[in-house]
Amino acid sequence: MRTAFINQLIEEASSNNNIFLLVGDLGFSVVEPFAEKFPDRFLNVGIAEQNMAGIAAGLAMEGYCVYIYSIGNFPTLRCMEQIRYDICYHNLNVKIVAVGGGYAYGALGPSHHATEELGMLRTIPNLVVCAPADPYEAKAITTFTACYNGPCYIRLGKAGEPEVHKHTSDESKQIVKGTILSIAETGNTTAVFSTGSMLKYVVDFIERNNIASSVYSFPFIKPIDNTMLLNLFIKYKSIITIEEHQASGGFGSAILELLYEFANQGLLAQNQFPKMRRIAINDQFYSVAGSQEYLRSVAGLELKMEYFD
Amino acid sequence: MVNHSIEFARQIRALTLKLVYNAKASHIGGALSMADILAVLYDGILNVDPGAPDYVERDRFLLSKGHACSSLYATLGLKGFFDLNELDGYATNGSLFLSHTSHKIPGIEVSAGSLGHALPIACGIALAAKRKKEQWKTFCLVSDGELNEGSNWESILLAPQLKLDNLILIIDYNKIQSFGFVKDIVDLEPLRAKFEACRWNCFEIDGHNHSELHDTFVKCKESADSAPKAIIAHTTKGKGISFMEDSLLWHYKSPSEEQYHMALQELNQYK
Ligand SMILES: Cc1ncc(C[n+]2csc(CCOP(=O)(O)OP(=O)(O)O)c2C)c(N)n1
Ligand SMILES: [Mg+2]
Repeated sequence: MRTAFINQLIEEASSNNNIFLLVGDLGFSVVEPFAEKFPDRFLNVGIAEQNMAGIAAGLAMEGYCVYIYSIGNFPTLRCMEQIRYDICYHNLNVKIVAVGGGYAYGALGPSHHATEELGMLRTIPNLVVCAPADPYEAKAITTFTACYNGPCYIRLGKAGEPEVHKHTSDESKQIVKGTILSIAETGNTTAVFSTGSMLKYVVDFIERNNIASSVYSFPFIKPIDNTMLLNLFIKYKSIITIEEHQASGGFGSAILELLYEFANQGLLAQNQFPKMRRIAINDQFYSVAGSQEYLRSVAGLELKMEYFD
Repeated sequence: MVNHSIEFARQIRALTLKLVYNAKASHIGGALSMADILAVLYDGILNVDPGAPDYVERDRFLLSKGHACSSLYATLGLKGFFDLNELDGYATNGSLFLSHTSHKIPGIEVSAGSLGHALPIACGIALAAKRKKEQWKTFCLVSDGELNEGSNWESILLAPQLKLDNLILIIDYNKIQSFGFVKDIVDLEPLRAKFEACRWNCFEIDGHNHSELHDTFVKCKESADSAPKAIIAHTTKGKGISFMEDSLLWHYKSPSEEQYHMALQELNQYK
């Protein structure tokens, strides 16, 4: 995903002279092509994320569209107040990019488990929060953020994820603000809502077990297309949300909030309420080493056959 | 004394190499650059007890550059803080030995993996010791790249104000960070002058010379002046394994089987 991101950013920067990339002493063997092509619009600020976020705000005030890049919690939690106050309150054109969402850096331990940031960032006004699922979504989200004038967060996976989306030139695969993407519509009762790189796992599980369930990918956690979401609530009797994030404040949380919001607005009757199941991390740190797959399983981020009965 | 810690450092390096090789882990360069510092600290400088890692009067050692944990785990294992066999699973599925320091491991004071966290914590610990009139010392080891972080400088400004004379900061100045040379990214020079301007008592030494390390640590522990102490230890990233020395690549790479045996051979030469 990070390769898809950087290649697309180079593409965007070729036609948009305002795109600037700041890195926090990270991106070795990833960002060099950008730095070589646009030396005047690249800077390694060093291991100093708060400084990086502040500098991005300043550059954006002077007209640049600034991407800041680091891993895990460093470009988010470490500089949360700069993001909230400098970038989002001033509504600046800054894009925060984190590589290694969730347990992508599993063996590196809790410092590198990025499992709370969606909840924290989702509460900040003006900020668009994105979590692409595969290289296709990463590329499309990069283009979206480059064209969008305002603050965005992009949670990327790591490297080497396979492409999940097929027929990506179809109109239904276009990404605009809040888009929900249909991956499979094989069942009328149950749907799985997935965000970020859990999607590959979900699709494999459904296919391997021959389950009649629909699957939707949510590249946006904020905002989410309300009309489309309401239709999905009405269509399915049972919905499972899955994310590589703490349960509280995350993606499933956002979906539940909207469900009750729609009901309060009278858009959804009591008997249309789908049964909801949220798969997310259960308010715990995991201080064991392991691959992403291993940690997902330790944290219970797994589907079970019985969820589809 | 010095010969003893030199052999200890060699053993630390050999075990570090094995851990990183088996786990296909990263960050061996920074683990090797601080191996001599750890060897001298744990060979008679730090007042610690492997049988009672939490006893109250111990000296505190905080590793801030947690990514270099492999050589600290090796040091503690060789010292008997835990069974060496436990290290076998280092950084693999289910192991408590993460590839950053973990405070769940006996002998490790703080978890660290996000740079720029441990010095403020060390200040808090040193302040607690002062308020409680305890005699133990607090040591904190940071990397050079890590000094880019503002959090460190907040502590560097405050520690002399609080007269934290019981705080000993060691800088592993190996001249390389994640994206290149320190001097090309955020040049720290003149580093000693910065510490002195901030009213620290500053020492500048060869971080691979065991007698210099030993004498400086003793001086810092025994010093009667009221300033916090900073030891700028000039080191070489990847020290001890010639093909890893001074190379950015070995911040990331894990040795191949052939490289592993070559490296081990080089270390065994000095047995
Ligand atoms: C806050 C934070 N930002 C970024 C990183 C990613 N990172 C890990 S090691 C490292 C730099 C390594 O260089 P240095 O700090 O000099 O350590 P050493 O040379 O001793 O290995 C970076 C940027 C991090 N761990 N924490
Ligand atoms: Mg360094």
